[in-house]
Amino acid sequence: MKLLDQVRFLLGITRSSDIVRRYFVVNGFDGALTMLGLIIGFLVSGASDLRTVINVCLGAAIALGMSGLSSAYVSETAERRRALGKLEEAMITSLQDSAHGDAARGVPLLIALVNGLAPLTISLLILLPLFLDQAGLRLPLPPLYAAIVVALLVIFLLGVFLGRISGVSWLRSGIQTLVVAVVTVALIYLFA
Amino acid sequence: MSIVRRLVLDVLKPHQPNVLEFARTIASASNKCQVRVTVLEVDENTETIQVVVEGDRIDFEAIQSSISELGGSLHSIDEVEVQGESQDS
Repeated sequence: MKLLDQVRFLLGITRSSDIVRRYFVVNGFDGALTMLGLIIGFLVSGASDLRTVINVCLGAAIALGMSGLSSAYVSETAERRRALGKLEEAMITSLQDSAHGDAARGVPLLIALVNGLAPLTISLLILLPLFLDQAGLRLPLPPLYAAIVVALLVIFLLGVFLGRISGVSWLRSGIQTLVVAVVTVALIYLFA
Repeated sequence: MSIVRRLVLDVLKPHQPNVLEFARTIASASNKCQVRVTVLEVDENTETIQVVVEGDRIDFEAIQSSISELGGSLHSIDEVEVQGESQDS
């Protein structure tokens, strides 16, 4: 609880809560749409080897996670250093040992974790039916179709989340993101 | 020995944390003290505040340390109220 309070405090003094939320949605959406695209691509090409599907999707998920982690860390560190420098200039003193110094070091790491873990965990969630099928668990749908259902559900829920934070209709927002997913699927079927 | 009963401090601080959070942190650092913060001046990135601390036994070092931890800079001690304490008490 103390750690959570500290994180909330550091996000508060740097006003970074919005950035964390934005990164979570943007990169989570990226992960979900990438997995959906890959699975549809495998369906279109008639691939039947589940191990290959899992390995390719897992590779993409890990790459998305690493990309999110490293890109956010590099850019946020630069931004925080710049902001801290400006504040130190205004205060005419070093703030390295203050909460602002802690925030300049800790907030980029936190944002990077969110940016990296959002696509990775969402991708793993979408791949869950494939893992379960490989583990020998019987599913009501073929694994690739079950993964598509999970992907569409996750994309809808991301839309619902966006709707709730922006104060617009959650249903409308959920359907909007779902439409993006359906258009993506249609484009893959059209060109693949 | 002497006991500090009242302090009036002039502090320069960044906008964040806000004065409420600033006052709460100072109050939690100084046991059973009453803290009053008044914003005197607001600039683009900073604000000058007056911190009044009143209590039975004020720990000045603890207050100074919390001000620094929050990114504030103590400019001056504008007023103090100190009570002498006899050796045998």
